[in-house]
Amino acid sequence: MKQLTVISGKGGTGKTSIAAALSVLAQSSAIADCDVDAADLHLLLEPDTVDSGDFSGGMFARIDSSRCTRCGLCERLCRFDAIHDFTVDPISCEGCGFCARACPDEAIIMEPNHSGKWFISNTRAGTMAHARLGIAEENSGKLVTLVRKNAQNAAENENRELVITDGPPGIGCPVIASITGADFLLVVTEPTISGIHDLRRVVEVARHFNVPVLVCINKCDINPYNTSKIEEYCTENGIEVVGKMPHDPEVTRAMILRKTIVEHDCGHVTVEVNKMWERIQERLNA
Amino acid sequence: MHAKDMPAMRQPDDKEVTAPMILVIASGKGGTGKTTISTNLAFVLDDAQFIDCDVEEPNAHLFLKPEIHAKKTVGLPVPMVDESRCTGCGECEKVCEFNAIIVIQKKVMIFPELCHGCGACEYFCPEKAISEKMRDIGIIEKGTSGGIDFIHGILNVGEPMAPPLIRAVKACIDPKRTVIIDAPPGTSCPVVETVKNADFCILVTEPTPFGLNDLKLAVEMVRKLAVPMGVVINSCTIGDNEVSKYCKEEGIPILMTFPWDRRIAEQYSAGRLVLQNLREYRENYMTLINNIKLEISRHETADCN
Repeated sequence: MKQLTVISGKGGTGKTSIAAALSVLAQSSAIADCDVDAADLHLLLEPDTVDSGDFSGGMFARIDSSRCTRCGLCERLCRFDAIHDFTVDPISCEGCGFCARACPDEAIIMEPNHSGKWFISNTRAGTMAHARLGIAEENSGKLVTLVRKNAQNAAENENRELVITDGPPGIGCPVIASITGADFLLVVTEPTISGIHDLRRVVEVARHFNVPVLVCINKCDINPYNTSKIEEYCTENGIEVVGKMPHDPEVTRAMILRKTIVEHDCGHVTVEVNKMWERIQERLNA
Repeated sequence: MHAKDMPAMRQPDDKEVTAPMILVIASGKGGTGKTTISTNLAFVLDDAQFIDCDVEEPNAHLFLKPEIHAKKTVGLPVPMVDESRCTGCGECEKVCEFNAIIVIQKKVMIFPELCHGCGACEYFCPEKAISEKMRDIGIIEKGTSGGIDFIHGILNVGEPMAPPLIRAVKACIDPKRTVIIDAPPGTSCPVVETVKNADFCILVTEPTPFGLNDLKLAVEMVRKLAVPMGVVINSCTIGDNEVSKYCKEEGIPILMTFPWDRRIAEQYSAGRLVLQNLREYRENYMTLINNIKLEISRHETADCN
């Protein structure tokens, strides 16, 4: 089983539109939506959920006021500024349990944090694992790991040869959880100064975790000079540019029709995505 | 014309105009225009403090081009074991909620990337064999761009933990100035850390199904943090009307809309501020500032009643 993760560094470059299109083209993959704090893939693939469950990412502290003698030790020990006036702010609490262990009156209780929900669904492109992180919750890295595991299990059970993962933006914890152990990363970038800046950072992260990178330049006609800069950078770093798509308002129309860019005629974009998929397949099978 | 000379900024009866406030620009979905709006807002205000909290992918400096004059590293405390004192009792492993310490055959192994720096292991070690050292997770740079006081954090590559660096960046807030904070995308811990304790949150979205879905998540998050908010709809000429409909239903003010304009996209792509070259948009930003102030004073009045 091979794993292809689509990421971007910068948000809004077209990761999800491309991941959805690739999964429709592949027709034999399992799909993982690992952008768990702003998941959008379900809007295009319209999943029919067959299994779901709660995700508990950690614990948080609660002070039992009937036992609390207001000694203030917990507030002094807490490094996360989560305890004030003998109450715990659950949003700031990291669940380390230091306060509960140290409390001389055993007045602090650690409670599990139901911080999300995972789903396994049927879609027209294959089985999809996805999740919804609770509002203002942490531990998205752990939830990403769970979603990936669910997709891998689905792929194994159904003898699928590929898992396509839609990753989150950035380079932090959920991104690291999305890329470790992947066979290839497809980095979707755009020819903007920010796009290039973020591409470089994300390539460094990929190197750090030893995952090979392929690059796709979206909206390449917005700034042809920057597009050539990205191509130069990729050549210098031995990275293959597998696709270049122009900006086209039809892409937005496809999204509104809940269709991927290979199911709605987006002109050159549709043609280029199909070509890109062929190149990616060659790399995956090499 | 200089920002301070604009008529809209000279309303003598409006005391809140000069009162310092902390404005966060967030979005849920990435790429909707957070950085464009925040950097141009700072440019129009000219004397604000600008803080880029998107420490994973900071971009604001590409547009504001600050002259950096100070730089410091930010670390997290991680445990260090004095082997001459350690008896291998395993208490440290037991108290670590993050599996950052494992004791095998009386030998302590530490996984610094998993450590949140809570300090429990040091406190509970019966032999006082644990002390802490700082592990670098990123840097903070400070500089100036015109009248703007510029600060951003840059997370080290390979480092998972953004929130402690965001906390350190936010500790640089100058309470005497208007502060504009550029948030990371999403709705989880790095964004929560950024939006927490702000006076007002501007959610930038686009009128597409992805934009709406992520806006709804962002709205729920900002509500949970009890920060007043308003929406800016970017590229309002693409897509559909669902975002405006949602905002009306939820009673969330739409502070400003910007059309999709290829020239804005081109300016952005080249790392230029919209207002430096497309001056017709200045009026939009002035109105945006006034609408934010109106919203803030509306909330303050509501709080008093």
